[in-house]
Amino acid sequence: MSARLKALLLVTPLVVFLGLFFLWPLWMMIATAVQGGTVRLAFPQTATAIASWDGSDPPPAALQAALIRDLRADTPQERFGDAVRTLNSQQAGFRTLLPRTARTLREAAESDPVDLATVDPRWSDQAYWLALKRSMPAYTDANLLAAIDLKRTDEARITPVEPDFAVNRAIMLRTFVIAIQVTLLCAAIGLPFAMLTASLSGWKRNALLIAVLLPLWTSLLVRTAAWLILLQDSGLINQTLRAIGLIDSPLSLIYNRTGVLIAMTHVLLPLMVLPIYASLIAIPRNLMPAAAALGAAPLQAFRHVLLPLAMPGLLSGSLLVFMVALGYYITPALTGGAGDQMISSVIAFYATGTANWGMAGALGLFLLAPTTVLYIVYSRLSRTPLVQT
Amino acid sequence: MSSASLRPGGAAFNALRLGFGTLVVGFLLLPLVAILPLAFTDSVFLVYPISGPSMRWFGVLAESQAWTRAIVNSLIIGTGATIVATVIGTLAAMGLRRELVPFSGLLRSIFLLPMVVPAVVLGVGMQILYARMGLASSYLGVIIAHAVLCVPFVLVNVASSLASMDPALERAAASLGASPVEVFRNVTLPLAMPGILTGAVFAFATSLDEVVITLFVAGPNQTTLARQMFSSLRENISPAIAAAAFIIMILTFVLLLAVKGASLIGALRKKREISGL
Repeated sequence: MSARLKALLLVTPLVVFLGLFFLWPLWMMIATAVQGGTVRLAFPQTATAIASWDGSDPPPAALQAALIRDLRADTPQERFGDAVRTLNSQQAGFRTLLPRTARTLREAAESDPVDLATVDPRWSDQAYWLALKRSMPAYTDANLLAAIDLKRTDEARITPVEPDFAVNRAIMLRTFVIAIQVTLLCAAIGLPFAMLTASLSGWKRNALLIAVLLPLWTSLLVRTAAWLILLQDSGLINQTLRAIGLIDSPLSLIYNRTGVLIAMTHVLLPLMVLPIYASLIAIPRNLMPAAAALGAAPLQAFRHVLLPLAMPGLLSGSLLVFMVALGYYITPALTGGAGDQMISSVIAFYATGTANWGMAGALGLFLLAPTTVLYIVYSRLSRTPLVQT
Repeated sequence: MSSASLRPGGAAFNALRLGFGTLVVGFLLLPLVAILPLAFTDSVFLVYPISGPSMRWFGVLAESQAWTRAIVNSLIIGTGATIVATVIGTLAAMGLRRELVPFSGLLRSIFLLPMVVPAVVLGVGMQILYARMGLASSYLGVIIAHAVLCVPFVLVNVASSLASMDPALERAAASLGASPVEVFRNVTLPLAMPGILTGAVFAFATSLDEVVITLFVAGPNQTTLARQMFSSLRENISPAIAAAAFIIMILTFVLLLAVKGASLIGALRKKREISGL
């Protein structure tokens, strides 16, 4: 067997495994976000009939009959519920209209002629039929638009949603701001700390390195729990500050932005320190003395020699911290208040709270896309491995 | 303080360095150190000073069905995910070793992606996929999901131990008449073992710590220790959490130290053998 074939065979199990359980789920998430499937599934006959209605005239009798047949059919409760939710997000009122109509139709005899407008006057309002038509395409950008607080009007023009429902952009902005804040904090602490570590030798250097690696090896959940305990009103931090007389009443350090920033900076700091340290120890030791010998003042040597050489590490550390911070869920969920939740918590809410996978997928795509781009930039720029051992 | 002493090498500058270093080391280590003793408190509150010492909260964990079940689940799922990830991750690392596979670089980047993709995003995808495949709320489903997250750690560790291996050793074994299988069993595998074991420990620790994907794919029967801890942290903070945190930390550190220690002892023994020749 050729060496090439053997290598290929060795790689195959992982390719298949990740293809099946990593790339495919991501693909399905994206597909679910753009499929207009829920309403089509629940109203198959209406879907066919509505395609030939151009939306300008009142809905023809054939279309009304198709909808009546679909509503009388034995659609699973869950599928019906999904469709109602999707429709209601397009046109408020469907949440009461559809179940009421379905109930009336089932109570009436099969052979009775039915006029939908007499069952509920809202059926004579064209807006409901237009919303129904809009919700029927095979593919839709409704979820993607809703993820950034936009929607299509009846004339298919894109407009902002009502201010009361426009929350996603604010949360995306907040996610971005928190990630930037954490990156800056990590850089402000991590750069001097990495420089200090690189300037030491022997056991002192090892001690500082171990202090960086130990948290990295410790469970994220344990670290977050520890901050929760330390930062609470009766926690060690407030106790100490009170004991030394700096404060009279406890500072509120937890369930707000302060708590999120402290905990996230702690969790992500090692990811900043290690790449900077790696780029610093690659610098020849005699470079700074050489700069001094050539007459550079210490600050000049720092600015023109050390800082530029630390730059690649600082850049990859910042990219890494920012990229990881964007997707954070656990730490803000535990240490933040309602106003500190990031995009991940909204995605989790849609997926596990309301089973609205279309919206969860659309928001997920808006998180996945920047992360992937940042990862590509990161792997181009950086020679430091993602995992430290 | 004169400005001259703030220069590198000056007394004030050195004091500043010492102060800053101590502060950051304190910031990094304080949470880890502070949570451990609280596992042994006698009080119902997670506060200092500790009244105790007592094993009271470990008793609470041992008596609570939810917690014992969560610990058992974590061990089952962690072991399963570690085995899956270690086997296929090690094979792939060996396959990628000499860059004989087309697009080796691209494949390596894709293999590391599970570490980068936000857990919530992967969770949504897995939830949709599992609903279709019928894997939702099953042990197998959770094990597979965890294995996806664990694979990069195995891959990186095995790859780095393979990279530091002298290929001449394998060539020498082959030229002395060893079959490819014998070379693999007697030369490659033992030399890669420290990397494989370290990767396995990181894989186990990753699974032990995983919350987000578990929230999406596990049913109530597959609640893990981390997930149980996450939901108790959201409800009420009791010292039972510190006891659970203690278990997680000790498990991870003991395994890590065991592996690092074993590879250190192995290296020392090899050195002695060589010098004894």
